Amino acid sequence: MRRDTSWKMRLAAVSLTTVTALALTGCGGAKVGDSTASGSGSGSCGTFNVAINPWVGYEANAAVIAYVAETELKCKVTKKDLKEEIAWQGFGTGEVDAIVENWGHDDLKKKYIEDQKTAVSAGSTSVEGVIGWYVPPWMAAQYPDITDSKNLNKYASLFKTSESGGKGQLLDGDPSFVTNDEALVKNLGLNYKVVYAGSEPALIQAFRQAEAKKTPLIGYFYDPQWFLSEVKLVKVNLPAYTAGCDADAEKVACDYPKYDLDKIVSKKFADANGPAYQLVKNFTWSNADQNLVAKYIAQDKMSPEAAAKKWVEANQDKVKAWLPKS
Amino acid sequence: MTATTTPAAAVSSRPGLRRRLNRPLAVGGVLAIWLVVWVLLRGRDTLDLSAASLTPLHRWLNDVNDTVGANRNSNPLFLYVFNEIRAVIDTLVVFIQGLIAQPSYGRPLPVLGWLGVVAIVAYAGWAFGNWRVALLAAGGFVLFGLQGLWQESMDTLALTLSAVFVSLLFGIPLGIWAGLSDRFHRVITPFLDFMQTMPTFVYLAPLTLLFMIGPAAATIATLIYAMPPAIRITAHGIRSVPHPPLEATDSLGATRLQALTKVLLPLSKRTIVLGVNQTIMAALSMVTIAALIDAPGLGKTVIKALQTLDVGTAFNAGLAIVVMAIVLDRVTTAASARVQERPDDGRGRGQRLRRPLTVAFGVVALVCSYLSYTYLWAAEFPGGFEVGSYLSQAATSVTTWAQDDLSGVTGAFKDVTTVALLNPFQALLADSPWWLVGAVAVTLAALLGNVRAALTAAVCVALLVATGLWQDSMVTLAMTIVATLLVMALGIVVGVWMGRSSRADRVIRPVLDAGQTMPAFVYLIPFLALFSASRFTAIFAGVVYAAPVAIKIVADGVRGVPATTVEAATAAGSSSWQMITKVQLPMARQSLTLAANQGLIYVLSMVVVGGLVGAGALGYDVVAGFSQGQLYGKGLAAGAAIVLLGIMLDRIARAAADRSGSGPASTHT
Repeated sequence: MRRDTSWKMRLAAVSLTTVTALALTGCGGAKVGDSTASGSGSGSCGTFNVAINPWVGYEANAAVIAYVAETELKCKVTKKDLKEEIAWQGFGTGEVDAIVENWGHDDLKKKYIEDQKTAVSAGSTSVEGVIGWYVPPWMAAQYPDITDSKNLNKYASLFKTSESGGKGQLLDGDPSFVTNDEALVKNLGLNYKVVYAGSEPALIQAFRQAEAKKTPLIGYFYDPQWFLSEVKLVKVNLPAYTAGCDADAEKVACDYPKYDLDKIVSKKFADANGPAYQLVKNFTWSNADQNLVAKYIAQDKMSPEAAAKKWVEANQDKVKAWLPKS
Repeated sequence: MTATTTPAAAVSSRPGLRRRLNRPLAVGGVLAIWLVVWVLLRGRDTLDLSAASLTPLHRWLNDVNDTVGANRNSNPLFLYVFNEIRAVIDTLVVFIQGLIAQPSYGRPLPVLGWLGVVAIVAYAGWAFGNWRVALLAAGGFVLFGLQGLWQESMDTLALTLSAVFVSLLFGIPLGIWAGLSDRFHRVITPFLDFMQTMPTFVYLAPLTLLFMIGPAAATIATLIYAMPPAIRITAHGIRSVPHPPLEATDSLGATRLQALTKVLLPLSKRTIVLGVNQTIMAALSMVTIAALIDAPGLGKTVIKALQTLDVGTAFNAGLAIVVMAIVLDRVTTAASARVQERPDDGRGRGQRLRRPLTVAFGVVALVCSYLSYTYLWAAEFPGGFEVGSYLSQAATSVTTWAQDDLSGVTGAFKDVTTVALLNPFQALLADSPWWLVGAVAVTLAALLGNVRAALTAAVCVALLVATGLWQDSMVTLAMTIVATLLVMALGIVVGVWMGRSSRADRVIRPVLDAGQTMPAFVYLIPFLALFSASRFTAIFAGVVYAAPVAIKIVADGVRGVPATTVEAATAAGSSSWQMITKVQLPMARQSLTLAANQGLIYVLSMVVVGGLVGAGALGYDVVAGFSQGQLYGKGLAAGAAIVLLGIMLDRIARAAADRSGSGPASTHT
């Protein structure tokens, strides 16, 4: 027992003296705070709170804007990961300055822009959003006429699953997106049942499996989306959209409208009219630009910052046009 | 419509009548009638509501939400109450973050670097436990750094510590009170059920309205879910103290306070620590969901990875959460063991050298902390270790293998189970007229339990109808029952095994911890590949999450059977089977009830996650309510429906357990 004790004591003493010696000699070299005297100059821009909604295309917009704001305008950018609804709510409490890709959301526009007057629009991003029904490419190749919604009933039995109760399954995804699919199925007289996958990953996984295993699948999807550069889903044509054909949600029998994806900022942020606001207002780019940055992030596994840097360095002319004119 | 059902319940539970009834036969009769009426009337009065439709109640809830949002900045309640709470909690979280996670006090790095944190954690492991715990703690924390997730891990740790601290600060006193007072226990139980089963998604958005976006809202979201286990299990611990010691103290004329501090608390310590442990686990299980409102840490990494279906990266971060859970769990468990052993140990050899060693190691930890405060190498975890990417790659290739080579088999398994088990069950519940299911529920509650349970069931049925989501509730109920049955089957089999063999316990416990704390989002992607988006996937995910807690509680109960009883039974020549069925399980009956209750509640808490992978019904309603303003009220109603289902099932099960256990063997008060 005693030997055991003294052995442990000695060990403790040795480690203690070693560590103390290390500390005293300062063998570590560089001290905390040595090299970072500069770098955090706040400049005239101040803090810029940008919401990050949870999809990669959004992240691409936000990453590029944040990168430019930090490097060119010397803003202190705070990114806040939030769902759309909560981000809009943040305009009122002053914790969010900007949402940089907004898909429609007429209800939120009414609530926060018209009623509560805490938000204002900051114009289009020039990115066009498409929503619709898609099939994996192997199906479009094998059944060329499947891309016309008139022929869907012919194929309904292919799409039967354990969840669809004997009908064809139409898979819907993330409930954040507007869907008229139940009304569409009814009004187009289709022998299908809408099954709610409930999330974007579930939807993407379903399409990925369907293409890899050559199993039938039809579901709700949208463009721009990084997954389309992995698997080129083929859009099914519903009866063409005409203005007002979706006015009554119960009676919709036409395709989804094209969305002009825009930017929303808090009223305070717009009124202050600082350089960060100017940047957000001026920001526009193409679907191809966004898809490229989204691909850097999603498939090349770059960090959003690195992806933004790469794109900005290759597209200086576009970036110049966004900067405040002064 | 309760009027039609309550009299039936009252009649069947009148004592005179009940004694003459053969209960199994009566239950069989009720089920047979149900089947016959179902055949005749299926599809009628099912109260279905399509995904986009709303009821007036849902619209009204939307309006309430909008009004709160619009008046937030002028209402005194906000200015003086919620803003103050927010300030206090924000200060706490920011303080801890400043210590270990975030740049603070004008420094580019936190006060304590990695070396300091590792040293302190190891020291705590040693001081509370032994060198083995210390080694595990240090190893676990170093792993975070090697995975390339040091800062994320420390952010998560800071948030978890804050939430657990506040939970225990309020939870343990409340639990003691609930243990001592029957009335308070009755009052608080529905609140606890509510806190544990109301889906987080429902109150996430309102919380950011009340407490703004930031650490305070995330902490409060976490502690709403994490506090109930502390209260519940503390109360359970106090209540299950055997009577003889209490009577002895009483006869010695001890005051209530003395009885509490000298008898009740020491004797229930083992169980109270289980509560602390479950609080930590529950808090860690909220890490990913809290990330949806910008909670910093590992949850964000998981959510981001999920957007690109990057299972590897999500797994890497999920593993860090699991490791953190295991380290915190082992340190707390070791602490309780040490406290319990001390009286027997007396002033033996350990005690004498422990003091100088404690001082010596304490100094070492302090020196390490100082180093990590001062020098860059000890402050910032050195990069360049590839552990994280190895783990990611391994997880990715396992997933790919599973989805490519297994999905055929698993898909078929899913189809068979769904058609043979789930669909009939769901058809019976969801296609019956609502009044039929309601009447059956109330009658069964009366037959299996008592009048009180029947009344509760009647109220729950009425409120379920009022939510406007009756049919969705029935679809969810079918899934919940199937999942809970599976959980209890696993709970009893594995729990008894663990309770009887400490080696099994040592091997299985980390797996259980992983099941409880690995964010569901990590394994949902592979599950989706194996079972596609379906109700079965949701059930599977629920079982993975809920079985561990049931198993742990059963094991705890089996281990709590007095050694003398077991020895006596062994001496009497009982076989292992007899020992389990005649001695250990009956004596652990209270634990079985608690396990069923917690198993059910954990399954219900996964309903929403199920909604993300194809379960539809209530889970989807809640998710949709979180995502779309117009559906907010419906989501809230769906959340309430989940709570109601939980309360109804639990009360019936509990009353049934009470009745079946109220035979002569019971020493129940």
